[in-house]
Amino acid sequence: MEKKEYTLYNDTVMDHFLNPRNMGDVEAADGVGEVGAAACGDIMKISLKIRDGKIEDARFKTFGCGSAIASSSMATELIKGRTLEEAKNFSNQEVVDALGGLPPVKIHCSVLAEEALKAAIEDYEAKQSTVEKSAAVAA
Amino acid sequence: MDKRSVYLDHQTTTPVLEEALQAMLPYFREAYGSPSSLHRFGLEVREGLATAREQLAALINAESPDDLIFTSGGTEASNLAIKGFAEANSKRKGNHFVVAATEHPSVLNSIEFMTKHGFDVTQVPVDNVGRIKPEDVRAAITEKTLLVCVHLVNHDIGTIQPVREIGKICAEKNVSLYCDALAAAGWLPIDVQELGVHLLSFSPHRFYGPKGIGVLYRNRKARVTSLIHGGVQENGRRAGTENVPAIIGAGVAAEIALREMPQRIALVAALQKRLYDGLFTNIDYLKLNGPVPGPERVCNQLNLSTEFIEGEGQLLLLDHSGIAVASGSSCVSKSLKVSHVLSAIHLDHALAQGNIIMSLGKDNTNEDVDYVIEKFPEIVKKLRNMSPMWKEFEEGVIDSVIAPTGRGKSFTQHAADLSGKPAH
Repeated sequence: MEKKEYTLYNDTVMDHFLNPRNMGDVEAADGVGEVGAAACGDIMKISLKIRDGKIEDARFKTFGCGSAIASSSMATELIKGRTLEEAKNFSNQEVVDALGGLPPVKIHCSVLAEEALKAAIEDYEAKQSTVEKSAAVAA
Repeated sequence: MDKRSVYLDHQTTTPVLEEALQAMLPYFREAYGSPSSLHRFGLEVREGLATAREQLAALINAESPDDLIFTSGGTEASNLAIKGFAEANSKRKGNHFVVAATEHPSVLNSIEFMTKHGFDVTQVPVDNVGRIKPEDVRAAITEKTLLVCVHLVNHDIGTIQPVREIGKICAEKNVSLYCDALAAAGWLPIDVQELGVHLLSFSPHRFYGPKGIGVLYRNRKARVTSLIHGGVQENGRRAGTENVPAIIGAGVAAEIALREMPQRIALVAALQKRLYDGLFTNIDYLKLNGPVPGPERVCNQLNLSTEFIEGEGQLLLLDHSGIAVASGSSCVSKSLKVSHVLSAIHLDHALAQGNIIMSLGKDNTNEDVDYVIEKFPEIVKKLRNMSPMWKEFEEGVIDSVIAPTGRGKSFTQHAADLSGKPAH
């Protein structure tokens, strides 16, 4: 039989699973989002460093399958350098496309990455408004 | 250590024995007749089939080779045992099944199908290592009970069931007993007469026979009606031209399995113990599901849950290191549900997610096992480093299920808080 390398996911997904980009936690993060998928039990955490309305750094940690890890790796790659407004319009489809596709049953992994990113931005904005309020009180 | 190729999924399927393959080959191009034919081509094959039937009957100590029905596989054999028995007997006997909660899907789903056609079922629970209590089976039997269905060895967590005791209860209550021996045949001595079962099924590809052949044993007292309609092959209990080469190969695999069983069990049990000791020495927060290696567990497998990480990632990284395993995690199943066996033993959700199954075979070596003992802790470390749960455990946000520290909330609670829904 022909010797071929068989892998469960395509080469891009496997590469991001085996060599994840941006794995870890941003030190003194400006925003942190941790979300869970009710469907499968996976958990994803994204932390952000934000400077001048732009995502300067993004890191992830994921409890989940190969495609969940690859989705969070790819999502953090894609959003670095984007403005907050751009990041708010981020869609899981971008992750799916950049990964060269995911099996239908694994699309929800990319949704989780979108949700973790948006939760991190919300966390940042909530912290900002607290800072502004306390600044207003002080003034 | 260099990358090796280590197959640890023998519970799913095994390679065909050389002797079985060689015995099969002439039946493709030389002895290619149909056993139903009356000419010499057919008669020659008929003789080969009779030999295979004797070899397979001997593996389970059936009263007669005629008690065996060949099917397309273990799944069809389960379907025939349940639906075929119900069809033949329900008018006389009743419409109620008693079944263990941890049966193979081919058993549970066959019974579920019957419940849509007027049958009732009582599921018997299992304890935290997956054992069925015979007295629970007794309590579940009613006047209407047609058939009790229990497995001999659990396909997922390796539990050996007290089938003989259940057989005695069934005899006392005059109820028929069907035993799924899919995960047992070839790895545990089976004597259908001693067990007191009326029907028993198994699949030769689990013990180095070919795929595409299953066996249903049924004794003289258990009538079954064919589900596949056509000619009168298998005495009218399974129509269709027999898969002759597979049956021949299955017979040879059964004969060798029976002959070599003591050596195979001794070898594989030693590997199982070596793997168990090595993994538990090198990995913290690891749990064995099912009984500890020994008389209550089948000799060839370990079902493990590694805390704070998920099973599919473990499977993929092991595969990347050359080690092939299975997993009962929800991420691995198409339904996104954890294995029903892990649910039935009330395994914590966090541990069900981190599940993998390593099943050994006669060709595995100490070197294979040592390679797994070397590689698996590295994989666990890599995945824990990537998992938010590990850090949150270290920080005291969540607690361990395996070795609770008393700090933090449960992983299950944490997951439910994050997703807004309780974990399944």
